[in-house]
Amino acid sequence: MSLRNIGIVYRKELTEALRDSRTLISSILIPLFLFPVLTVGIGYAFVEVADQASHEASKIMVLGGADSPDVVQKLKDAPNLRVVKPRADYVDLISNKKIRAAIDLPPGFQADVENGSHPEVKIYIFSGDLKSMLSATRIKEQLTEYRDGMVRDRLAAQHLPESLMKPFAVEQKNVVSEDRVAGESYGGLITYLVILMCMTGAMYPAMDLTAGEKERGTMETILSSPIDRTHLVFGKFFVVLTASLATATLSVLSMAGSFAVLGHYGKGTGIGDDFPILTMHAQTAFAIFIMALPVAVLFSAVLMTISLFAKTFKEAQSYLTPMTFLVIVPAIAAVIPGIELTAKLALVPILNVGLLCKELVTGTYHWGFIGLIFGCTCVYAGIALFLAVKMFQRESVLFSS
Amino acid sequence: MIEVRNLSKHFRDKKRGEIRAVDDVSFRCQPGQIYGLLGANGAGKTTTLRMLATILEPSAGTAMVCGHDVVDHPERVRANVGFLSTATALYPRLTAREVVQYFGRLNGLSEAVLKQRVDKIFDRLDMNGFRDRRCDKLSTGMKQKTSIARTLVHDPAVMIFDEPTLGLDIMTARTITAFIRECRDLGKTVIFSTHIMSEVEKLCDVIGIIQGGKLLAEGSLDELRAKYGERDLEEIFVKVVAPHYVPPAEDH
Repeated sequence: MSLRNIGIVYRKELTEALRDSRTLISSILIPLFLFPVLTVGIGYAFVEVADQASHEASKIMVLGGADSPDVVQKLKDAPNLRVVKPRADYVDLISNKKIRAAIDLPPGFQADVENGSHPEVKIYIFSGDLKSMLSATRIKEQLTEYRDGMVRDRLAAQHLPESLMKPFAVEQKNVVSEDRVAGESYGGLITYLVILMCMTGAMYPAMDLTAGEKERGTMETILSSPIDRTHLVFGKFFVVLTASLATATLSVLSMAGSFAVLGHYGKGTGIGDDFPILTMHAQTAFAIFIMALPVAVLFSAVLMTISLFAKTFKEAQSYLTPMTFLVIVPAIAAVIPGIELTAKLALVPILNVGLLCKELVTGTYHWGFIGLIFGCTCVYAGIALFLAVKMFQRESVLFSS
Repeated sequence: MIEVRNLSKHFRDKKRGEIRAVDDVSFRCQPGQIYGLLGANGAGKTTTLRMLATILEPSAGTAMVCGHDVVDHPERVRANVGFLSTATALYPRLTAREVVQYFGRLNGLSEAVLKQRVDKIFDRLDMNGFRDRRCDKLSTGMKQKTSIARTLVHDPAVMIFDEPTLGLDIMTARTITAFIRECRDLGKTVIFSTHIMSEVEKLCDVIGIIQGGKLLAEGSLDELRAKYGERDLEEIFVKVVAPHYVPPAEDH
């Protein structure tokens, strides 16, 4: 193994990559700007939408209730509800989101309540529609208030203490630090983006350095030089790896920056109150980087090997597009809440690193899993790299025509 | 010095089965001589030359280039060979000088020697006007000069040209043929392939006619004229090749 030769190839390929606008855009510009736009943009939009929904009164319909003026008045008085005239086609109106919910009061409701015969109220909603579910919650709040008021009056009439209604109180309290709460909320997303960026960064140079080289006709030129083909593969591989890691690192940095900006300017605007702001510690970022390393090696080697079979850049693109899905699926699986690391899942490539990084972001270090996952990802990466070297020795692959 | 011994190359093709692109070919090229490999498309010229340049590995037989075996020591062979074909393109995003330097470094030249060589070659080929221009901005003629500089940077004893004038205009093609002659005059062993009769007549000391992967005739132009009783090389070529000719399917 000659480091000098690998270095010569590496320097030359890197020079070429840095002179290629397409590589610069995909490896540097996109990761730098994607995160600020995503975090700030989507974060803001989300807050705006949530804000709007919480301030906007829900349009609801009261069916029946002519003989129950008290409860109807209570609903009409609620500032976050707007009662519209009842219509027979309320199901259509709910389906079409013209109204958010309808409340069905049985005939003689108020009288029944007063004489204690336990009538039933129905609330019709569009299950799954956030605004519809919110309006149901609001209706229930009013009804609960109405019911509690009634019980309170009855207790007072009989000279009984109010505490009879609620013999004990319940309070829910978060005991975990804000960082870990944020980690739990965003850990999956961050992990997913890092994995995806390792892939995005490697993709373009992997195609350019193999299929692109064939397409431009320089493959034969380089093969006629005395360099050993193994050195050539390693030189190219390290450039692809550099791009992959650069993209991933830039994404993490720009993400950390976005969160910092959001944290600084977000306080007081309501963003920081509703959503925990993530402050990534250097230690966490470093841990993610170390775990991303074998993943980047794996991606770089696999993408290079596959692209080598293509004759043109376009052909390579059509081979690699399905690969993107192969990576996205386990990366998304890792984001799904509730999926946690087990010894079996620790062997599934990409998914294992995804799940682990999610834990790292929340500050949990399971050293056994860290060792196992780092080790087995290294093994997968080694196999992929070995295949890349083997394919570079095959004439049928190099000269596919 | 090139010594080709029973060289063969077989390919597997899904549609056509096994193809014998080069079939038991033997010949010698001497220093200070130009050996011309003449053949139609798909005759086996490119495959033969690619094996001599160790870009392809022989299926059987071997060749000695400057005393090194192409099968056992391909790296040593490549260090002694300059290979130029229309398929050997330049890196579009590097400048002319960077390309030549890259190949010099890959050939193990030290930076001091490299600088000296590059300056000398760029002076001789009159390339200083575009030395720092990117290859994708060069004219065809400039590209050819850069390719020549690329093959010369390590001062190889053997030059292999695979249809070097294919697709070039007359003026650029003349630069190449002049360069081939110059290599011979410098005492290098030169082998080149073509299907253009006039090039062979003008340049070659020894001619090998190849068809269907087999070397069918070999000798100097005068020897071939005497043997086949024809003056014109094209007539000789047709006489040699016609009994063996099968229209080409696809050039590999």
